[in-house]
Amino acid sequence: MGMAIDRDDTQFHVLAVDDSLIDRKLIERLLKTSSFQVTAVDSGSKALEFLGLNNNDADDDEEDEQRDSNTESVSSDEDQDHQDLGLGVNLIITDYCMPGMTGYDLLKKIKKSSSFKDIPVVIMSSENIPSRINRCLEDGAEEFFLKPVQLSDVNKLRPHLMKGRSKDIDSSHKTTSTRLITSGN
Amino acid sequence: MDGYGMQNQIACIRRSLFDQGYLDEQFIQLEELQDDANPNFVQEIVTLFYTDSTRLIQNIELTLNSRPINFSKLDDYMHQFKGSSSSIGAKKVTSECAVFRQYCAAGNAEACIRNFQHIKQEHAILRKKLEFYFQMMGQAAVAQTR
Repeated sequence: MGMAIDRDDTQFHVLAVDDSLIDRKLIERLLKTSSFQVTAVDSGSKALEFLGLNNNDADDDEEDEQRDSNTESVSSDEDQDHQDLGLGVNLIITDYCMPGMTGYDLLKKIKKSSSFKDIPVVIMSSENIPSRINRCLEDGAEEFFLKPVQLSDVNKLRPHLMKGRSKDIDSSHKTTSTRLITSGN
Repeated sequence: MDGYGMQNQIACIRRSLFDQGYLDEQFIQLEELQDDANPNFVQEIVTLFYTDSTRLIQNIELTLNSRPINFSKLDDYMHQFKGSSSSIGAKKVTSECAVFRQYCAAGNAEACIRNFQHIKQEHAILRKKLEFYFQMMGQAAVAQTR
């Protein structure tokens, strides 16, 4: 389907997660100034809710994987639709220290999800703790920003987003060429 | 006062806020995020800070007044307070919060209570100074349209 190619012209959509009202306002302004579309939520569980993953879904990965391997071609289309359903989140940026679900917990849940594991996740923290930073990066975070986050940090996001976009285009090309071959028979 | 006179006065007020250590680099970051589409961003986020931090101050007071003092809760509140004040570039408030957290970690109730008075003072002083600064800017904007 050619829809992925059309998305070249649309804005990247960033989901920002932070329990601090002030930091949410700040990250929103930083992202909008850099021409990102922003959805800001105040907790990890609201973030999962927004993605369409409730807490149970994120934990039931073994079941999901079973289902996916049995109906592979169908589920990948469904995943794409899940993204297209106006949610279309291209990157998640989350605070580390939040009550309930920490940013690290959220990172793990996202990475365990078959639908969302490829979405880049960035973690922010006001505390410079090397072991914390390393753990986040080792477990899949693309970047770790120290607060207060600056415009120069936000500028580092684009390459991660462009990587995701070219992956979308590649996979849509593959789909298209497969269909052409099939219809040619 | 004419437009130029006011601009000069405002520039002086602003410079002194930095020179006297009330504000740091982060405040300049906020100013840089302000544009024609978001002309009041700095004032908005500062207002938000004062609303939010007032709530935190009340919670901290309550926690400091209870016996035994819940230092873990105190640290949580102060972590939030320090984070927000750092995000708006409130330099003195932020460093007082850092000191508080050290006393808190040491379980030093007396020092916490004493230090908290400093935090409240700095918080109030900065509020007055910023309110005056924004007021001057508002007046200058009006003067410019005449």
